[in-house]
Amino acid sequence: MRDPAWPARVCACLAAAVVLAPLLVLAEFRPWVLLSPGSLEPTLRFLADFAVPRFDAEFLLLVARETWRTVAMATAGLTLALLAAVPLALLSVRTLSLSGLAGRMAAAPAVLRWAVRALLAVLRSVPELIWALVFVRVVGLGATAGVLAIALTYAGMLGKVYGEILESSESHAATALMRNGAGRLQAFLYGLLPANAAELTSYTVYRWECAIRSSAVLGFVGAGGLGQQIDASMKMFNGAEVSTMLLVFVALVTLSDRLSAWLRRMLG
Amino acid sequence: MRLELRAAGARHPAARADAPPALNQLSAVVQPGEQLAVIGPSGAGKTTLLQVIACALKAQSGSVLLEERDPWQLPRGELQRLRGELFLAPQVPPLPPRQRVVTAVLAGRLPQLTLAQSVRSLFYPSDIEGAARALSAFDLADKLFERVDRLSGGERQRVGLARALVSRARLLLVDEPLSALDPARAEQALLALTRFARETGATLVVSLHDVPLALRHFPRVIGLRAGTLEFDLPCAEVTPQRLGALYAQEPDELAGPAPASEPLLVPAPRVAMQCR
Repeated sequence: MRDPAWPARVCACLAAAVVLAPLLVLAEFRPWVLLSPGSLEPTLRFLADFAVPRFDAEFLLLVARETWRTVAMATAGLTLALLAAVPLALLSVRTLSLSGLAGRMAAAPAVLRWAVRALLAVLRSVPELIWALVFVRVVGLGATAGVLAIALTYAGMLGKVYGEILESSESHAATALMRNGAGRLQAFLYGLLPANAAELTSYTVYRWECAIRSSAVLGFVGAGGLGQQIDASMKMFNGAEVSTMLLVFVALVTLSDRLSAWLRRMLG
Repeated sequence: MRLELRAAGARHPAARADAPPALNQLSAVVQPGEQLAVIGPSGAGKTTLLQVIACALKAQSGSVLLEERDPWQLPRGELQRLRGELFLAPQVPPLPPRQRVVTAVLAGRLPQLTLAQSVRSLFYPSDIEGAARALSAFDLADKLFERVDRLSGGERQRVGLARALVSRARLLLVDEPLSALDPARAEQALLALTRFARETGATLVVSLHDVPLALRHFPRVIGLRAGTLEFDLPCAEVTPQRLGALYAQEPDELAGPAPASEPLLVPAPRVAMQCR
């Protein structure tokens, strides 16, 4: 007895290998270079610097201040993003359409929903790094550029995913409310939100975590915060300092993980 | 509210184009304050009829008039205001699992609340006494602050009906309100609905599986079969012969009460961490 699906599986694997091999060549994927003696020695020397993080009081104070600035940047950016994302998400949700209650949605609301989706796509398709480079030129070096960059990109991401979460959830309750004369926002508050509050919150906290990480990257282009410090330490080949700051990131990510778990338990 | 159907025909939006219409050439007039039951075998078009009356589904042919007006000729805002004067209770109670009963019941009053008031009511329920009164009509007063997902199927169905009692509707359309209730509860629920409609002067249209119950509680009974009107009579004139003809292919449904169709209990899905 043979598994009839076996030849098809082998063919699929071979086809994938044939397609992927040129991609590896194109991407210059040559991991063995890492192990050549010429690059191994500097790599090990660089990593050895990381081994003992720098923990003196003066440096820790600096790190604490920059950490605070990073968290503030991420939080402010995310708050601004929420201000734009929530209304846009609500505008884009098809299940909250009044004209769609009885069959097809009317033309004008359908076009509006499509336009909002397109706007969200534009906002998130420009990486926050690019936005930051733009804003550094407009408002100068500092946290403002980072906040604005995070706000724009994350508005696009949050708006899209909020819309998807709301649209993919059970819409029976909201539809019934609208059929009985409730407004769209009322139907959202009483029909969709109770079922989705935990998931929306959990996703928002996860995005906050991402914003902390991306504010580190934005620091490299002069948007301030821990990232800028890491950039400076890297340029000085000061692995001990980088290592301390990476530990801070690990702590921040763990913290947001705990926060998200707790919020989900409260709302679940 | 006065209701008139003029040769109304409708099909479900998801139905195939060649499928027979769910409602066919249906005409009837219901006077304000009248109470009537709609009976008929499964798939006769009872739910579609209620949806067409509730402006939840547009009639494809003929027309439906509410207070002498065709709702689909109204501007959209006006139509939504009119929907606020109707109350359609679907067979599966539309209650979010994580909501508290008091909030779920008071949601029946949303059309009368402004947005600010409805937000405030989420933080502190606007009319706890009103919700408790409505629930006590169905023996559920002790569940006021429970969460919906802690209730049994029958309790959820009665919470859905209690929502009708807090609404200010002038036309109540209730779809199979008794499908998850035992006989005593079913009797009590029907009495609560009919009494409420009498006291507020609202028109009441109820679709029912349980024919004896329909004949006992409603002065007027409509028999539907395959989307067409078989009879529209005072309950005294609904003879066993007519019932036999109505349920000719489904004699089992006539004999017993509603087949045990427990409403779909959707368990609250576990929230997974999103990594999008």
